[in-house]
Amino acid sequence: MLKISNLNMLFNRGSVNEVHALRDVDLHLPPGDFVTIIGSNGAGKSTLLNTVAGVFPISGGSIFIDGQNVTDWPEYRRASLVGRVFQDPLLGTASSMTIEQNLTLAAKRGHRRGLRRGVTPHVRERFREALAQFGLGLENRLDVRVRLLSGGQRQTLTLLMATLAAPKILLLDEHTAALDPATAHRIVNLTNEIIGRTHLTTLMVTHNMRQALEMGTRTLMMHEGQILFDFSGQERADLTVARLLEMFAEVRQQELTDDRLLLAE
Amino acid sequence: MQGTKTKPGNSTTSKEEVILKPAEQSWTRYAPWGVIALVVLLVVIFQDQVLQQLGNASWNIWLGAVAQGLGYGAVAIGVYLTFRILDFPDLTIDGSFPLGAAISSALIIAGWSAYLSLPVAFIGGALAGVATGLIHTRLNINGLLASILVLTGAFTINLRIMGQSNIPLLEADTVFSPFKPFFRELFIEQWDRAWIRVHTNILSIVVFLALIIFIKYAVDWFLHTELGLAMRATGDNPQMIRSLGVNTDGMKILGLAISNGLVGLSGALMAQYQGFADVNVGAGLIIAGLAAVIIGETLFRPKSIAGATFAVVAGMIVYRLAIALALIVQIPLPGTEETFKLEATDVKLATALLVLFALAIPQIQRQRQQRRRRTG
Repeated sequence: MLKISNLNMLFNRGSVNEVHALRDVDLHLPPGDFVTIIGSNGAGKSTLLNTVAGVFPISGGSIFIDGQNVTDWPEYRRASLVGRVFQDPLLGTASSMTIEQNLTLAAKRGHRRGLRRGVTPHVRERFREALAQFGLGLENRLDVRVRLLSGGQRQTLTLLMATLAAPKILLLDEHTAALDPATAHRIVNLTNEIIGRTHLTTLMVTHNMRQALEMGTRTLMMHEGQILFDFSGQERADLTVARLLEMFAEVRQQELTDDRLLLAE
Repeated sequence: MQGTKTKPGNSTTSKEEVILKPAEQSWTRYAPWGVIALVVLLVVIFQDQVLQQLGNASWNIWLGAVAQGLGYGAVAIGVYLTFRILDFPDLTIDGSFPLGAAISSALIIAGWSAYLSLPVAFIGGALAGVATGLIHTRLNINGLLASILVLTGAFTINLRIMGQSNIPLLEADTVFSPFKPFFRELFIEQWDRAWIRVHTNILSIVVFLALIIFIKYAVDWFLHTELGLAMRATGDNPQMIRSLGVNTDGMKILGLAISNGLVGLSGALMAQYQGFADVNVGAGLIIAGLAAVIIGETLFRPKSIAGATFAVVAGMIVYRLAIALALIVQIPLPGTEETFKLEATDVKLATALLVLFALAIPQIQRQRQQRRRRTG
């Protein structure tokens, strides 16, 4: 479903501030894979998601989604294949527009937008049904501006918007990190439920080790723009948070020793 | 790890609320009403002089102000589209307004029907908007600079279209001509020199009103279509709407085209109303358009798109009435025989100060808020 080959991403190429954010990343996701990605800050997790979404042109390599070479597609064109939820609840919705208008924008993902009326009674009924399953009462507030919703409500709405028009890939970028624990828990359950129902191929970045192991079918650990570990199946089932933290420490230790060697010379 | 991440996120949202809420309830919200109250108070104090002066002024002046407000109404809607919907500060209208005037008058002189010249003026203005949009999105040039480049270039084009800096249209057939006999019949009883002007203004109001109602409903309709919703989202949250498959560059170009098309149309109408087209009519128009948007939003506090398009047109009428009033009233200077009177040439500075004041209020408010938080 997603095939990334030899992907490289350099920022500020050729300058003193050059950052090699992704190094020769190879990743293959069969349909239905739900991958969680962990790694320290600057490991390249969000950059990986951004390259899949097409936010910026990549420095090298290729990206295939659903058998199509999307490497040179701009972000808005890839949107027909990729659904996204951002960390900041403010980023996923248009705050001056109503719930039903936001959902209409999402329902038209990957379709031509013409001069037909945006919100029709027909789609409104569809939105009402889709929102009712969350039990937040949003189905009765369709004409309320999103600005008036809480962060959790907005993130719920964004999750629905990301999956409404059935994309091929779902990208979740720490989508529960900015929420309070109770709301985050609810969004996690909702995510599991939606992905369980739709079998969407998913890439989820998280800072929460427990979440990384409990959710999904596969876990990647990234460090300095590379995928260091790729756990799935029994190996993943046997992993514990403690073991993951140990591995993090080992990676860091390696780094420190390298630095020491460098300084000693 | 989850816990530490949670706290900053939460506190920023609550901080935003703290910043927003008192600002909503503070004096700035009532400041425009304060200005109005001050004007009313002054009128009451200087009642005699004001009434005398207003009595001396022909009431045709007020009719003229309303007609101009309706004629410039499309400019207000155009500025609303770029500034509020697209969040794009577009100065192109200073060039597309005379462009519409130039195209329409050149075509009328060449023997075209005035009504057929209107869509051509719209297209001309729209092309100017497309030019700004392309320069901004393709060449990555700042929006303000891109629009200044286009409006500067448009000056030459306008001169080329007109062949001279001013085209008189007094004898030509305009959009008002077909209705003139009917209105002359209507007011035949009161027919004299003064009434020629009055009936011209009433006729203009009727024609402009019909056109602006059509434009208002067309824009309202468009902003509720799939395409229009995508355009509104482009101004609101470009990152989000790109991730939903909308080419935001295309949306900006389309929005600029519609906005400047409306302004070009308005230029054509005003040239026919005033009886001439001039290359300089667009200078400073953007500030007048902004003033109309700000006045309309302050007076009517619109909650919907339909409300907003009504409010900005009404704002333009109020703006023209305010200018007419300011030009009539003479303020006696105490201790001397002299009086102070605004000249037509003073209007631009007065308008600029009004817009500056309106734009500065939220900023001043924020600074006061921060100072209070630091001390308190």
